[in-house]
Amino acid sequence: MAQTLIKVPPTARAGEIIEIRATIGHPMETGYRPGADGKTLARDLIKRFTCHYNDELVFDAELFAAISVNPFIAFHTVAVASGTLRLTWEGEYGFRHSESVALQVV
Amino acid sequence: MNAGLGVRLSGLWLTLSCLLPVQAQPDSRRSGAEFMGQALQTMQRDDSLNPGMLWVKQGDVLWRKAGGNGTPSCAGCHGEAVTSMQGVATRYPAFDLQLQRPFNLSQRINLCRQNHQQTEPLRAESQDLLSLESLVAYSSRGLPLTGVSDPRLAPFLARGQQRYQQRMGQLNLSCAQCHDQRSGQRLGASLIPQSHPTAYPVYRLEWQGLGSLQRRLRNCMSGVRAELYPYGATELVELELYLASQARGMPLEAPGVRP
Repeated sequence: MAQTLIKVPPTARAGEIIEIRATIGHPMETGYRPGADGKTLARDLIKRFTCHYNDELVFDAELFAAISVNPFIAFHTVAVASGTLRLTWEGEYGFRHSESVALQVV
Repeated sequence: MNAGLGVRLSGLWLTLSCLLPVQAQPDSRRSGAEFMGQALQTMQRDDSLNPGMLWVKQGDVLWRKAGGNGTPSCAGCHGEAVTSMQGVATRYPAFDLQLQRPFNLSQRINLCRQNHQQTEPLRAESQDLLSLESLVAYSSRGLPLTGVSDPRLAPFLARGQQRYQQRMGQLNLSCAQCHDQRSGQRLGASLIPQSHPTAYPVYRLEWQGLGSLQRRLRNCMSGVRAELYPYGATELVELELYLASQARGMPLEAPGVRP
């Protein structure tokens, strides 16, 4: 079970640009490195990160082997209405982790 | 009566004059965090940026996991870690009566697992052990390290100090030569910090992961091309003990971030 760190301002004014920060604990194994036994470690990457704001896609990123372990992603969006932000990480071997955070627009 | 007051006053003055030089001396000790750039300091301070918090969160999950044979979870005995474990990490390494030697926080966690939870000890440096250790250390964040006052630890502390000052490895360097005599200077491209164990376990960018103080010590030993002590070796705990005694009063900042 992956752990995540998500920072979203709890409240925002309508029309305000807000920053969202998300980190997920993930090995991001490149598939090129040898393990302790000398054999190449199997590739295990997060391939896609998305953020839905009240079910509307506001941020979408593709991730590749050059991205570090425990990838940190920060992005901005415009606060339009109160609701939830759903952050989803999808990776290899059917990896999928989703978290929802409430945002209140005042 | 006046003479009596005078004696008492001069007694007070003696006490004060004993205390004053200690108070007046500026503290030249610097946490490793102060040797880092602004960006990394911010990364350590802000819990939404500090990757070490991933381990703290995972530690909280493990804290609530039941032990073997129907034994309680950590929380079952201790309650919430952030309150019950407050200040605990500042007192380690401590002396164990049964083993008659000092042990560090991760060894303490494993002893608890074996004695009270009837489970296998976690492998040194395993993610689960680091998670539990970082949760306990996080519960003492901001509290000063207590130093080493237990008289039973004195012989171990002396050996730790001796080992800190002893040259080792093919490069023939001691810990003190870099971290006491040349702190603030550079070794290759990296700045040499003083040796204060105030942020462990730390998230090192170079490791791309969390590591214990013992990993850091072994890392330095392989750097000077010395033979490494195995994880959990008394020699390493003695070194930890000496470092803890030197950092007395400095605030714990776990989980730290280091370059």
